[in-house]
Amino acid sequence: MTDQVATTEAPEDWEPSEVQRERNEWRRRRTLRSAVIAAGSTLLLLGIIGGLVVSSPGWERVQATYFDWDKAVSSFPAVLEGLWLNIRVMALCAVLIVALSLTIAVMRTIRGPVAFPLRLVGTAYVDIFRGLPLLLVIFLLGFGGPALSLQGLPTSALFWGCSALVLSYSAYVAEVFRAGIESVHPSQRLAGRSLGLTYGQTLRHVVLPQAWRRVIPPLMNDLVSLQKDSGLIAVLGVVDAIRAAQIQTAIDFNYTPYVVAGFLFCCLTIPMARLTDRYARKKGYHGAGGHL
Amino acid sequence: MLKTSRTRVRPLAVAALATATIALSACAPTDEADSGTDSGASESAGTSETPAADECTPDTMETVADGTLTIATDDPAYSPWFVDNDPTNGEGYESAVAYAVAEQLGYTADQVAWVTVPFNKVVQPGPKEFDFDVNQVSITEARRKAVDFSSGYYDVVQTVITNKGSSIDGITSLAELADAKLGAQVGTTSYNAIVDQIQPSQDPAVFDTNDQAVQALKNGQIDGIVVDLPTAYYMTAVQLDDGLIVGQLPLAGDEPEQFGAVLAKDSPLTGCISSAVDALRTDGILDQIGQEWLEQQGAPELS
Repeated sequence: MTDQVATTEAPEDWEPSEVQRERNEWRRRRTLRSAVIAAGSTLLLLGIIGGLVVSSPGWERVQATYFDWDKAVSSFPAVLEGLWLNIRVMALCAVLIVALSLTIAVMRTIRGPVAFPLRLVGTAYVDIFRGLPLLLVIFLLGFGGPALSLQGLPTSALFWGCSALVLSYSAYVAEVFRAGIESVHPSQRLAGRSLGLTYGQTLRHVVLPQAWRRVIPPLMNDLVSLQKDSGLIAVLGVVDAIRAAQIQTAIDFNYTPYVVAGFLFCCLTIPMARLTDRYARKKGYHGAGGHL
Repeated sequence: MLKTSRTRVRPLAVAALATATIALSACAPTDEADSGTDSGASESAGTSETPAADECTPDTMETVADGTLTIATDDPAYSPWFVDNDPTNGEGYESAVAYAVAEQLGYTADQVAWVTVPFNKVVQPGPKEFDFDVNQVSITEARRKAVDFSSGYYDVVQTVITNKGSSIDGITSLAELADAKLGAQVGTTSYNAIVDQIQPSQDPAVFDTNDQAVQALKNGQIDGIVVDLPTAYYMTAVQLDDGLIVGQLPLAGDEPEQFGAVLAKDSPLTGCISSAVDALRTDGILDQIGQEWLEQQGAPELS
């Protein structure tokens, strides 16, 4: 747009009326006012909490034990290396979980009496693995799996740990997918079939694309959760971020490495949560998270 | 109408906030009266100036519970340090030492109370619910910044154990451990020994408990475990079907590593507990207890 001044063309001459200008001005003032109030109340609350924490009698000890800058710097490389394992485990498991859970969800939604065994297997699987605490699955598979001494199966802790994560999480994610599939209106399915598409084609071209789009926000939620739970496989002997922090802590009983690990996890998960919310709002889906 | 009601809400809100603040600060923790004097450990060493004997009696010692010595350990309490996971029976090396320390200070066995405190809670800052903790904690200078230690009551030797026929069965030098996959319990000096002394090419496996390390060894997921010698005897004799001790690691520093009782930082009792342990050592009682509860024959040293 070039800035043309005082041309004779009517649209260029248009200016907001006096009333409209007043309105705009009033709105601007209100916006500013609420921003100032919000900032003020936030600062006041943080100030009160911070003041209470810092003025508490044990603060010095807590500061020395949990917020020691030198210890944070010295433990950072080890914790970061541990976090790299978390990230790799999460990335690998996420792919496998999507594949397995989608299969289970499709099995559970297939219609017709012939497919009953499929539905039965799917339902049993979801019930069992949603009922078992994740840590228990990791223990049972991680120490029980290698004990089988089966030829051809690896004994590595990573393999069994990831298997446990995939099995456990797929049960949850399968339910999310199933909800998505069942939320697609039956008329869509019928329309597909009436166009001559087979059941499989209808699923592939009509139902799943819509279902998939609808469940992306809750899926992202599960991904954030997986990011944090990936550390649980440390019980099998591998060193993740939290385990690395624990090892660093044992040197001098200073707990700062845990704070470092927490900070690093937040750096990973918070952007993802914000991104999910933004995506969800763009899609007009308001169930996935709070507004900030 | 709206206006008037709003002006009435404001002071209310302010009042509510003020009340909340006051209530919060009212329930804020206050420091335990620190009895003014900074008795107990000096800055650097756990064995501070030796207190006079009359300072260390059940009547004068500032214990958590009056007239009772409250001793902490973790659950489960492992053999051979404790027997049957019961610290109160006086059986097992650490349980026996704890009762001997209590006796040295003038407490009867009835005046000793045991509490279960997880290791992490023992070493965190803040007030403690016990007088001292015995849980095979190695004394290191770095750890002294966070807690007090008594004098050492056991000299630790780190050993490597494995299963018969494994890749490290029968080796005689540290260099031959270079390619082994070794395991240790998290937060132990055994783990440090792997990283600092053996420096294997593969990252060591780290477990929450020694029991899990044993399970992994049985599964063939690791080649060997590094533990202290008495635990190594217990593992190879009881927990493993065909376990064996490969050998002990040479001393890392000039000083032998020692287990010590853990006390709160600047605890007024550190001096008393230390002098009691020292007395047990010079009187040969520690050796007697060791002979009773710990295997005495050594393990071959790895060159």
